[in-house]
Amino acid sequence: MTMENAHATAAFEYAPAPESRSVVDIAPSYGLFIDGEFAEAADGKVFKTVSPSTEEVLSEVAQAGEADVDRAVRAARKAFGKWSALPGSERAKYLFRIARIIQERSRELAVLETLDNGKPIKETRDADLPLVAAHFFYYAGWADKLEHAGFGAAPRPLGVAGQVIPWNFPLLMLAWKIAPALATGNTVVLKPAETTPLSALFFADICRQAGLPKGVVNIVPGYGDAGAALVAHPDVNKVAFTGSTAVGKEIARTVAGTRKKLTLELGGKGANIVFDDAPIDQAVEGIVTGIFFNQGQVCCAGSRLLVQESVHDELLDALKRRLSTLRLGDPLDKNTDIGAINSAEQLARITALAEQGEAEGAERWSPACELPASGYWFAPTLFTNVTQAHTIARDEIFGPVLSVLTFRTPDEAVAKANNTPYGLSAGIWTEKGSRILAVANKLRAGVIWSNTFNKFDPTSPFGGYKESGFGREGGRHGLEAYLDV
Amino acid sequence: MPTTAPTSGGAAPGLTDVTASDSALRRFLHGLPGVDAVGLEARAASLGTRSIKTTAKAYAIDLAISMVDLTTLEGADTPGKVRALGAKAVHPDPTDRGTPATAAVCVYPDMVAVAKEAVAGSDVKVASVATAFPAGRAPLSVKLADVREAVAAGADEIDMVIDRGAFLAGRYLKVYDEIVAVKEACGTDARLKVIFETGELSTYDNIRRASWLGMLAGADFIKTSTGKVAVNATPANTLLMLEAVRDFRAQTGVQVGVKPAGGIRTSKDAVKFLVLVNETAGPDWLDNHWFRFGASSLLNDLLMQRQKLATGRYSGPDYVTVD
Repeated sequence: MTMENAHATAAFEYAPAPESRSVVDIAPSYGLFIDGEFAEAADGKVFKTVSPSTEEVLSEVAQAGEADVDRAVRAARKAFGKWSALPGSERAKYLFRIARIIQERSRELAVLETLDNGKPIKETRDADLPLVAAHFFYYAGWADKLEHAGFGAAPRPLGVAGQVIPWNFPLLMLAWKIAPALATGNTVVLKPAETTPLSALFFADICRQAGLPKGVVNIVPGYGDAGAALVAHPDVNKVAFTGSTAVGKEIARTVAGTRKKLTLELGGKGANIVFDDAPIDQAVEGIVTGIFFNQGQVCCAGSRLLVQESVHDELLDALKRRLSTLRLGDPLDKNTDIGAINSAEQLARITALAEQGEAEGAERWSPACELPASGYWFAPTLFTNVTQAHTIARDEIFGPVLSVLTFRTPDEAVAKANNTPYGLSAGIWTEKGSRILAVANKLRAGVIWSNTFNKFDPTSPFGGYKESGFGREGGRHGLEAYLDV
Repeated sequence: MPTTAPTSGGAAPGLTDVTASDSALRRFLHGLPGVDAVGLEARAASLGTRSIKTTAKAYAIDLAISMVDLTTLEGADTPGKVRALGAKAVHPDPTDRGTPATAAVCVYPDMVAVAKEAVAGSDVKVASVATAFPAGRAPLSVKLADVREAVAAGADEIDMVIDRGAFLAGRYLKVYDEIVAVKEACGTDARLKVIFETGELSTYDNIRRASWLGMLAGADFIKTSTGKVAVNATPANTLLMLEAVRDFRAQTGVQVGVKPAGGIRTSKDAVKFLVLVNETAGPDWLDNHWFRFGASSLLNDLLMQRQKLATGRYSGPDYVTVD
């Protein structure tokens, strides 16, 4: 499944190096996690979760409905009084404990996440899990220092937080939501995505292992109706959502006119801008990381490459050569660079948008690449001859598809980068420091990377402009969303 | 198909103008794309996480053995020591005659004749450091005499050091002219490896410039280090030089080899370097004509790992020869 250059002698074939599946024990069925106990759904409904790389059914999970969401919110409300009254240093102890358990169980969780999500073990092992633990450690540190965070002398928590997270970084998005909420003294009801419920349920087990008081964290796997019920629940004080812009708008309408505090982290169409004085080899790596990390299923992906015309051919040659070395296949193999698309539905969306790109006249290219027979797969793809008028330059594809556009001057680069309803991320590649600062100041994007891409750290706030949402997660700024300020 | 480097310097197709003057050369070298240190090191580290197991490991270990320039560069070198090294290069593992020979033995110029005799009848080459190795601080005439003596004694390969002082002072044409002169002194038979002493050049931008400078001047190999300073071969500086030979071939059609030297002691490290080669310059460089390891203790670790793969047991240092 390796995409070798056609001319290669292919002598150095990497033998399969699969991570062992036996480090994780997936039960045949899971319940909802409410008030410290696993329970069936009130109406007994269940749904199956499959491994996207093989379509194998991994487990059957209880499907939360409105009644279950209500029960979870009531449990969270009941727990809120005691939890928020704890000294910050006591809440910190729980969070530090959770962070340590995550580190201890990181290999198990990495394999689990790879099975349920389809992303390569290399990413879950080296990116997702270390960041998850780091996030809990970071916010554990804030729990007893909130009066120094710049939000007043004694900032108060909001109450019950209803949190709805996506399937692209299941456990990491959970950490982004739960860690600041608990550190500030809130209790939570979290709904994981229907295609990736397992790591959240393992996290529920970690909460028990850490001795977290009952009801502080509740996990209600389910579909959109469960998310809608959670967002609309009258006893929820805070709504946090990461996902598509369409659903984000629906949530904003639901929450409008209530006292609920809302943060939304939505879609993006990030511009990765490469100037002619860029460090070309590293820019190529950054472009690859920007759009092929997690198969491009990243809200802040650098899905639009804006390249200065004078280096276009040179850069594209280097990029194509590099793409030919990407290894697509079994996500559990430690040498796999590109894993599976998360679901049949997402694959269909990516496929349709790529076909539209071709129909609208953009030039499609993929390296020679054999896709596995079962599971959901999409070859790394790039489109050249793309203009601002193409759908693939405007719509978020959320897949391993890069649209290449060109520019002539810095002003043109900025104008094109900003010419999108989104504003989540951007990248600037140049060896000239003054240009980095000048361009960054003009870009309307919440996160701007210079000479790198898709780098994350719990100390750094993350969030969007325009239709990419509002509110910040991470860093000191991330506390504000969970405090009554 | 790979072609060999031009026999006299400055003949890189399409790039003759850039060495016409000091300022032209400076403009060219400073016009090469910059290197982002964080990104380069991240890429090297990421390739270091490749998991090379079973058949792939066996292949890599044999390939690595065949790429070793088995080296002794000590003031205390004697004919006896060099003969022992030569014997080991020809038959690295006395318990398994199927073990590939190393690429070369690497010695000081006065030991070339002894080394030549020790490897006679085999394919093992004799490489000699020259040009007032390792400092390179001698008049050009002395450096050239050093090279001519080594070649006359039968050296198949010459490992020269560049004038780092001149390079750091920005006198690129002086460095270039010296390499051209040494290449000429090597004649048509001896291949020239140009050592940059990357630890002294200090920045990645300098290493990229030195790589192109060396290749423009007719280097057959570009080599990281002497092994005599604090920082020698690293995955990042080797990755950078592999990018340089890849780009140079794309631009000129001339293939140049790469030799990391110093500090590579374990099989695990060697395999990581081979992954760098495979995924940067490509499979065309996976051959000891185009890639070498300058090392002394690495060979024994490769042999122990090879025995372990063959027998399932780790034998330990008493089952490989000490030198």
